[in-house]
Amino acid sequence: MKTERVLHRTRRLWRQCALFSLSMMASLFCGVVSAEVLHEEKSVYRNIFVTEVDGRRCLMFNAIRGERNQTCMDMRNPKEFVFHYARMTMAGLLVNPNPQHILIAGLGGGTLPTALHEMYPDATIDILEIDQAVVNVAKNFFNFQESEQVQTHVVDARVFIKRAGLEGKKYDFIVLDAFTGEYIPEHLMTQEFLEEVKQVLTPDGVVVANTFSSSRLYSYESETYRAVFGDFFNLKMSGSGNRVIIAQQKPLPSMGELKANAQPLFEPLKPYGVDILEFPARMGTRPDWDQTRRVLTDQFSPANLLGR
Amino acid sequence: MTEPRKNRLMQNVIVFCAFLNGFVIMTIELLGGRVLSPYFGTSVYVWGSIITIFMLSLSLGYLWGGRLSSRNPNHATFASFFGLSALLSLPIIFFSEWTMTQVFLRVEDPRYGSLIAATVLYFLPICLMGMVSPYSIRLLVSSEEHSGRMAGLLYFVSTLGSALGTLMTSFYFVLWFEIDTIMWGAIGALLLCGASVAIVHRLPGQATAGVQYHEN
Repeated sequence: MKTERVLHRTRRLWRQCALFSLSMMASLFCGVVSAEVLHEEKSVYRNIFVTEVDGRRCLMFNAIRGERNQTCMDMRNPKEFVFHYARMTMAGLLVNPNPQHILIAGLGGGTLPTALHEMYPDATIDILEIDQAVVNVAKNFFNFQESEQVQTHVVDARVFIKRAGLEGKKYDFIVLDAFTGEYIPEHLMTQEFLEEVKQVLTPDGVVVANTFSSSRLYSYESETYRAVFGDFFNLKMSGSGNRVIIAQQKPLPSMGELKANAQPLFEPLKPYGVDILEFPARMGTRPDWDQTRRVLTDQFSPANLLGR
Repeated sequence: MTEPRKNRLMQNVIVFCAFLNGFVIMTIELLGGRVLSPYFGTSVYVWGSIITIFMLSLSLGYLWGGRLSSRNPNHATFASFFGLSALLSLPIIFFSEWTMTQVFLRVEDPRYGSLIAATVLYFLPICLMGMVSPYSIRLLVSSEEHSGRMAGLLYFVSTLGSALGTLMTSFYFVLWFEIDTIMWGAIGALLLCGASVAIVHRLPGQATAGVQYHEN
């Protein structure tokens, strides 16, 4: 009896081991083993996957190395921002609490423009997305909707902003979030590009850039932003590999102003899972990077090599 | 200098120039993406434009270089290809911003904008660089029976140069230098080729086009 039980247990253990190693192998091969792929959208750049696990729906650019989630949405609570960096972007509202003309470079799942549109229904929102496939997926799977106020432009952000500058368009809330993490668009990180961004920024407007906090690039990027905008707020959160740069043309508001602006935003931002009150204390202007790094320019912008 | 020695030296110089020429073509092509991106972005069609124009320029260069080689092939003409392509590469440094601004203002669609800008900036110099390949084969080949072998050698060194040019530019040059500095390096390499062909040509002794390739 006893030996039989031991044998049985051993066999079960073996079976579990075999299952485990099989699933490990499977996950090595296809990465998205536990996630259900709802949809695969063809793209001229890289195919896009929509997955759903435990009610969390995600847009991914690479299913082979499945960890690259671009945007996720909790289907039971679709309003709430899943990622830190999306919440951190809202800190731009502390600098300009009442945006009227919003420009967003990089659509992702479209959760940010959707939230901004809900909060500011009268504001116009121009969204720049290089990949039509991303727009399709955002509309079909992430409840993103275009309207008279909210318009997407399938275009390279640099091209749109350069032309907008020539046409004299102005925006008072600009979000730069065109980075996939895999490949960094080097022409969207140079001094010349940021000068063009400044051209379309109103005097009271704010630029919010979602960038990297790790890798050598951090110092180069920080120096580049400082060369164009002077001092800026550096927002970092523990548990997030991102940092958000918040910059303005005019001198930055004081801590008191930030805190005062935070109060009335607390309730409206609550449904999105954003605790705006915790941001002001984390927004520093003191450089915490190597200030001897050179500024990135159109002539010198090896961002992808520095980002390794 | 004895005639066979001079001929051998000239052959080596030609092979070396074909290598550098291949190197420089790919260096300029890779930088093309960076030159165009501030005006036309890095959408897939910007690379499409650049590669299209480079392929088109090279194909016509091969055709014209081949035709030219059938009429009195000589080393002076060969050297002038390099001098001229160096000269025609100068606008990429000095007039690219002006050129692209003009195109940007007139053409709304970045697909055609990048195609036009790439044509204006790259067609002539790359065409000249394309002429080098068939012309150098003509200068090396002396008999029908080893023409294939010479063509193979030329393809080998120039494509090897292209591979190295691509690797060095994308992995290291852009990290070490500014774009214009790399362009000056490319122009310097072309001038070096032209000068070394001209100098060897002027050495005492008769160098003839199309001689038996000596193996060591």
